[in-house]
Amino acid sequence: MAVDDVTITEVKLGGRRGGPDVPTLRTDKWWKLPLTTVVVLSAFVVYATWAAFLGTSNFFYEAHNLLSPFYSPCFGHICQTNNVTSSPFLDWWKFSPALIILVFPLGFRMTCYYYRKAYYRSFWRSPVACAVQDAHTKYTGETKAPLIIQNIHRYFFYFGLVFNVLLTVDAVQAFIWPGGGVHMSIGTLVLCLNASLLWLYSLSCHACRHMCGGQVRNFSQHPIRHKLWKFVTPLNAKHMQFAWMSLVVVALTDVYVRLVASGTITDLKIF
Amino acid sequence: MTDLTMRIWRGDENGGELVDYTIESQENEVVLDVIHRLQATQIPDLACRWNCKAGKCGSCSAEINGMPRLMCMTRMDQLPQGPVTITPMRTFPIIRDLVTDVSFNYEMAKRVPAFNPPPMPEGGYRMQQIDVERGQEFRKCIECFMCQNVCHVIRDHEENKVNYAGPRFFIRYAELEMHPLDTNDRRELVREKMGLGLCNITKCCTEVCPEHIKITDNAIIPLKERAVDAHYDPVAWLGRKITGRKKRTADEAAADRP
Amino acid sequence: MADYEHHSYDVIIIGAGGAGLRAAIEAKQRGLNVAIICKSLLGKAHTVMAEGGVAAAMGNVYEEDNWQVHFRDTMRGGKMLNNWRMAQLHAQESPDRVLELEQWGALFDRTKDGKITQRDFGGHRYARLAHVGDRTGLELIRTLQQKAVSMDIDVFMECKVLRLLRDDQGAISGAVGYWRPTGEFITFSAKSVILATGGVGKSWKYTSNSWEGTGDGHAMAMWAGADLIDMECIQFHPTGMVWPLSVRGILVTEGVRGDGGVLRNSEQKRFMFDYIADMFKAETASSEEEADKWYDDHTAGRRPPELLPRDEVARAINTEVKAGRGSPHGGVFLDIASRRSAEFIRRRLPSMYHQFMELAGVDITTTAMEVGPTCHYIMGGVRVDADTTATAIPGLFAAGEVAGGMHGSNRLGGNSLSDLIVFGRRAGMGAADYIEGRSGDITLDAAQVQAIINESLVPFSREEGENPYDIQRDLQELMQSNVGIIRTGSELDEAVVKLEELKERANNVIVKGNTRVYNPAWNLATDLPAMLTVSTCAALGAQARKESRGGHTREDFPKPDAAFGKVNMVLSQENGGGMNAPVKVDPQPILEMPDDLKVLFEEAK
Repeated sequence: MAVDDVTITEVKLGGRRGGPDVPTLRTDKWWKLPLTTVVVLSAFVVYATWAAFLGTSNFFYEAHNLLSPFYSPCFGHICQTNNVTSSPFLDWWKFSPALIILVFPLGFRMTCYYYRKAYYRSFWRSPVACAVQDAHTKYTGETKAPLIIQNIHRYFFYFGLVFNVLLTVDAVQAFIWPGGGVHMSIGTLVLCLNASLLWLYSLSCHACRHMCGGQVRNFSQHPIRHKLWKFVTPLNAKHMQFAWMSLVVVALTDVYVRLVASGTITDLKIF
Repeated sequence: MTDLTMRIWRGDENGGELVDYTIESQENEVVLDVIHRLQATQIPDLACRWNCKAGKCGSCSAEINGMPRLMCMTRMDQLPQGPVTITPMRTFPIIRDLVTDVSFNYEMAKRVPAFNPPPMPEGGYRMQQIDVERGQEFRKCIECFMCQNVCHVIRDHEENKVNYAGPRFFIRYAELEMHPLDTNDRRELVREKMGLGLCNITKCCTEVCPEHIKITDNAIIPLKERAVDAHYDPVAWLGRKITGRKKRTADEAAADRP
Repeated sequence: MADYEHHSYDVIIIGAGGAGLRAAIEAKQRGLNVAIICKSLLGKAHTVMAEGGVAAAMGNVYEEDNWQVHFRDTMRGGKMLNNWRMAQLHAQESPDRVLELEQWGALFDRTKDGKITQRDFGGHRYARLAHVGDRTGLELIRTLQQKAVSMDIDVFMECKVLRLLRDDQGAISGAVGYWRPTGEFITFSAKSVILATGGVGKSWKYTSNSWEGTGDGHAMAMWAGADLIDMECIQFHPTGMVWPLSVRGILVTEGVRGDGGVLRNSEQKRFMFDYIADMFKAETASSEEEADKWYDDHTAGRRPPELLPRDEVARAINTEVKAGRGSPHGGVFLDIASRRSAEFIRRRLPSMYHQFMELAGVDITTTAMEVGPTCHYIMGGVRVDADTTATAIPGLFAAGEVAGGMHGSNRLGGNSLSDLIVFGRRAGMGAADYIEGRSGDITLDAAQVQAIINESLVPFSREEGENPYDIQRDLQELMQSNVGIIRTGSELDEAVVKLEELKERANNVIVKGNTRVYNPAWNLATDLPAMLTVSTCAALGAQARKESRGGHTREDFPKPDAAFGKVNMVLSQENGGGMNAPVKVDPQPILEMPDDLKVLFEEAK
């Protein structure tokens, strides 16, 4: 038997359907959730674009070693103007380093199973809510370019892990101030929170769950992978929450560093 | 007792319309109770499919105020005030009134290459509880076909019905791929021929499942990740080249032969 | 003249529950051309409602368990009225049938060492029920369904069979029915027909059965000339919901009582202490204090009277309600809310908690449930040969609930699912063997077919007549009140008379709405003859069996009678019977058990 024998279909197309020909009969406020998604995601994109293109100063507060996550790792000529690090390899890059940096977290989030749901529903309206008509007449899902690229989500996950390490290093370094000694401020805590949420977001990823152990047939023959899978599975159930929390917090972290670096507010020292 | 207004779609393949019926309300009823009272008193020929009336057989699927629900598990007092709209499942061809032709699903069931275990040892197979639990979740499915109905891939795009197994059968494929004893490898079959890539994981199937099966998170996404292993991941491809491990093509999976 | 489509098969199987599917698989494996015909969609049969498990003496939890113990439990549960050979085959073969399900993809819950785990149940000496949480029936039907689909067995879904057909030699030759979705007629010619149509519960007002339980198989078999036995033996589960309306008849598991739930009347009295029969006095607590100790420590007190056998409890509830001490909606109160913490109830009875929360808006952690007996299962059925499931009609076989004898006068929990797979397989084998031994072509009598079709269409042609829903409601009221859990001679006499009146009304039924396309009024009108026939059989059997035994309780003959314990009530009609034809009741001796099995019961004493 070949696959064509299996899929010889008796599905008759074009049968008349029941119910009135209207886009939806739902009477509840089904549009609230997608609208919220559009507002919050758009706000983030606008802010991140501004921060990447225009906010090329005040992303680093030297006195407390606070670096905005949008600009980590710090390299290129802009970082040099802040006298932080110099990277001879990247001197040629004349634009905001955030443009290079953001590609990876952006790719991770763009191909994320949760965000896909969120933007397919809210921006693409395919469908905007359950049992509400798809806004598009043609539909090929994720079978063709460019959306077929969603299948390499796991590689963005790997890159995401690298960034999590870098941001964790940033958070640790924020305890060590140029003036000497180990200190902690509100800013240090903000960076720690940001790094933690990004770890939770990454570890709760569906690709991560699959590679930890989801892909095996017999857990009993892979006890360690089963343990890993059991660890990430409850996190995975909260992937949506982590996705939103980490998104909001990463932007707020950038805001906080800017406010401190520009002298608008003071980064309160705890010890 | 107040009166209820039931706005029911009446019609068949030649068309139909919403018709209002008034019936007195009774305490603690579900939608199916009201339908039955209407049949017994006002509309004896009102077509409606049902069996167990306890949420276990999955026969009485319909759309209540626009959302796919089991009529036997939807209590009247939980619906908002005002007329209650009841329409047949939208995705399948109409037979009459609230009854649709769900044969699409039975055709898709025929396409599933059967479970294929190794020969049974004396005294039966040994399996661990942790290995059977994942499949057991999917086997809770009562085949109400509301996930199939709500899925926009076929609800709004009729032409996709030819090559789309749908959420109900994605959980079946996932169950087989996770079955501790199965020997087939259906990953390429699901990707290539069963329309796995058409799903854009918008999760409506999970939202409407009366058995609360995590269809998207526990079945469809794990299948998509398996399809990545089998087809898209270059490292996995290299791994197969080096170790000589084979995957089955769609044809081989359909024939259940390497 | 109405047109009809025609199909020809070696075997047709009527009913797609566990027994029908298992029979189809067996017949197909024997190389036969097989079709399944079912009234609903495939996979919706009443088998999905079974929760507890499949009884099979696999010995996975208790090594001491074996088929002899299971056999003995089954016979005793059935008050020795069982067909001993069926009970023996059932006990011997069920372990293999369960293991077979795993070869087809079933996933039962496991023991620590990876075997199928087994749970305790009433009447079973050892933990014996293989299960999947509380949805074992669903697992069984889905496994068989998927196996049948993979074997390419033809399935005629939503197809109602009206009558069986016989050839001029008296052998089975096929069946006539119609498609519910279109109302178009269909005939089957078949060398063999297997009945697997399930039960009859829909003739009672309070029932756990779905609409399909109209006794089609029982009635069609008798109309065609087969015998029915012991149709009075009907299991009423003591605790079904009576209110709210939306859950009327749905079972409340015995686990509620096992975990501390008690029964109270409208005076808030724990009335079961007043109903402890002499034979149970020694093992039952005599005070509430003593009973309450038992839950924590079985050695500290005797069993609470709420855990007496089902028929005892059901009878007590019935008496309380009749005495005017019932709940507002005609039941009694099952109270666990005042006796256990909310957390305990949710942990021990999760599906009960959710079932009531979702279906009824009743929070069983704060509110007592109203319960009353509900019609659950018929032990009686078509008389069959144990080894082959053959009926008196050549080529006609019956398996599952439609077949009688296996469970005697009372069925043990868990024995129904195993019954399906053991005798479903044997029916497939029996039919295959029969076909090997027969010769000649099958032709259907066109005039007979046309007569059956015409008869079913008469309700459309009447100017005025009876609403089928009204007849169904009145039948259910009658059976509930007169042929219910407790019966007396006078009420049974009245029932028999009133059933004849209902038949007269059914002969004058009218279907409004001029369509045959998925017309539930017409569908019901075509179910009524079978419902009335099996109801008559139950009433006549109950009238004749002047004793109380298992699922049959006579107020006027409250004790078992050894003489009646040795006979089956055999019900039959002359060939060519039907709803309006008289039914003959004839007590006939049960099968004599061989001495080597009798020994099992002597040892136990």
